[in-house]
Amino acid sequence: MFSRAYKFAISAPPLLWISVFLLVPYLLMFGYSFWAVSSSQAIVHTWNLQNYRDLLIHDVYRQTLLRSMWIAARVMVFSLLLGYPLAYFLSFYAGAKKELYYQLVIIPLWVSYLVRAYAWKTILGTDGVLNTLLQYVHLTRHPLDFLLYSPFAVVLTLTHIYTPFTFLPIYAALEHIPRNLVEASHDLGATPAQTFWRVIFPLSIPGVLAGATFAFVLSLGDFLAPLLLGGPSGIMISNIVVSLFGAAYNWPLGAAISFCMLLLVLSLLMFSEHLEKRWSHS
Amino acid sequence: MNANLRRPRALSLHAILVFAFLYFPIAILILYSFNGAGVGGFPPRNLTFNWYRILLSDGPLWDSVLNSLLVAAASMGIALALGIPAALALDRADFPGKAVFRHLVLLPLILPGIITGLSLLMLFRETGVKLSLLTIILGHGTALISVATTEVFAGLQKLERAQEEASLDLGANYWQTFWRITLPNLKLPIIGAALLIFTLSMDEIAVSFFLIGRDNTLPLEIWGRMRRGITPEINAISTIIFLFSLLAIVLWYRLRTQAVGTPEIGAEWIQTAER
Repeated sequence: MFSRAYKFAISAPPLLWISVFLLVPYLLMFGYSFWAVSSSQAIVHTWNLQNYRDLLIHDVYRQTLLRSMWIAARVMVFSLLLGYPLAYFLSFYAGAKKELYYQLVIIPLWVSYLVRAYAWKTILGTDGVLNTLLQYVHLTRHPLDFLLYSPFAVVLTLTHIYTPFTFLPIYAALEHIPRNLVEASHDLGATPAQTFWRVIFPLSIPGVLAGATFAFVLSLGDFLAPLLLGGPSGIMISNIVVSLFGAAYNWPLGAAISFCMLLLVLSLLMFSEHLEKRWSHS
Repeated sequence: MNANLRRPRALSLHAILVFAFLYFPIAILILYSFNGAGVGGFPPRNLTFNWYRILLSDGPLWDSVLNSLLVAAASMGIALALGIPAALALDRADFPGKAVFRHLVLLPLILPGIITGLSLLMLFRETGVKLSLLTIILGHGTALISVATTEVFAGLQKLERAQEEASLDLGANYWQTFWRITLPNLKLPIIGAALLIFTLSMDEIAVSFFLIGRDNTLPLEIWGRMRRGITPEINAISTIIFLFSLLAIVLWYRLRTQAVGTPEIGAEWIQTAER
């Protein structure tokens, strides 16, 4: 029913904008990663593979990337452990209060990242709420210093931030399970545990995959929580990129790391989409 | 159906604990914005409105609030102006590269902000554009097209095409049909998207971090102060931000449930990405 002119009018402007402000910048990032910085601190367009060679040779990049992935993996697991049972509870047992609870989960999702990271900083610090509370009730005599400026603080904060993200697709998947399947399982004599593991859980796998991917990918690239709460032992790969684009002034090397991150993220997204499709068809 | 399903106690307890975990930091934040003795320290002492009073007369902070409002309004304009046609295009047009386009539009929602921010920084450097509020607007606008597209696309799935067909049959042209039929029918999802985009832009920091010129947005101003040492004044401004976000989100939720049913964030992203 729609004419060619109409289709062109609705697709051309967003297509053009997205090309200029997303596609071209990604390609530019790829280009930058083959350039170099001269001795006079200028970016020169001489094409070479030195940046990628540096990434392979120096341990610090590999170690930091591995640490970032380890932090992201923990955030993912904790978010699933917190988010899945919550989603299950809401979908199957919350009754009339479902809507209210659902809103309560998404409110923190949209509340400023910075505000929440800052709140954890005031809680975990040496003179923070938690340490002074522990001393007030005489559980500890000195402040616990592993709380702030540690990977622990980063994992805790990112888990707090990404649990609602993980919850959402799981909840959506659970909501889409036809309730008569669950009833049939009960009527045929399955225990609640059997019904959960044999009917409900397998059908919720696509949601789990999506939630896990969100949590892992978004925490992998985070640089604000490590800056604010991580300390030297909580440095993540994006912090290196930030310093390369700032004080260290080596944009091409920074671009090479960013581009590797982009590739990693894209392959994870594709992998999770592939897994989800295979699971849904089997 | 739950007659034979007793509510398992462990599950309820878990839910209570997760909610406590999600809201505990926010509660502490608000409580200590009234604490005369500083950001930490238990128990809270000398409750006062003093930090709010200091906040009121803090010139640079209010400048950054104005900057953020400007950025949010402009980004909202860009994101809607491109997100609405993008959703229409995904719904009803076919063109080469549509699958790539679909993924590309939605990518900033799932991509760490640093990648979006840095790639735009390189674009602006290569084209000689000076960093300013304008570059932040372009960054937010581009990244948040994804939100507008997802919201409007969800709205389109509930839309009856019969009205548009009737309008075209009765001699209205596409332009008239768009303004008189399509757009009014999408009113609620569009207002919802606008609210969401505005709130997200007001709070955004990862992309802005790289595109900032001389003028700070509110999150960047707060970030700068946090790095210099913290006072409950930051708690006070954060509390105000929280209350505004809360208002916007509850409003958005109401609109969404009216228009398209309970929002399924995440699932809808996947739905838009994979159709």
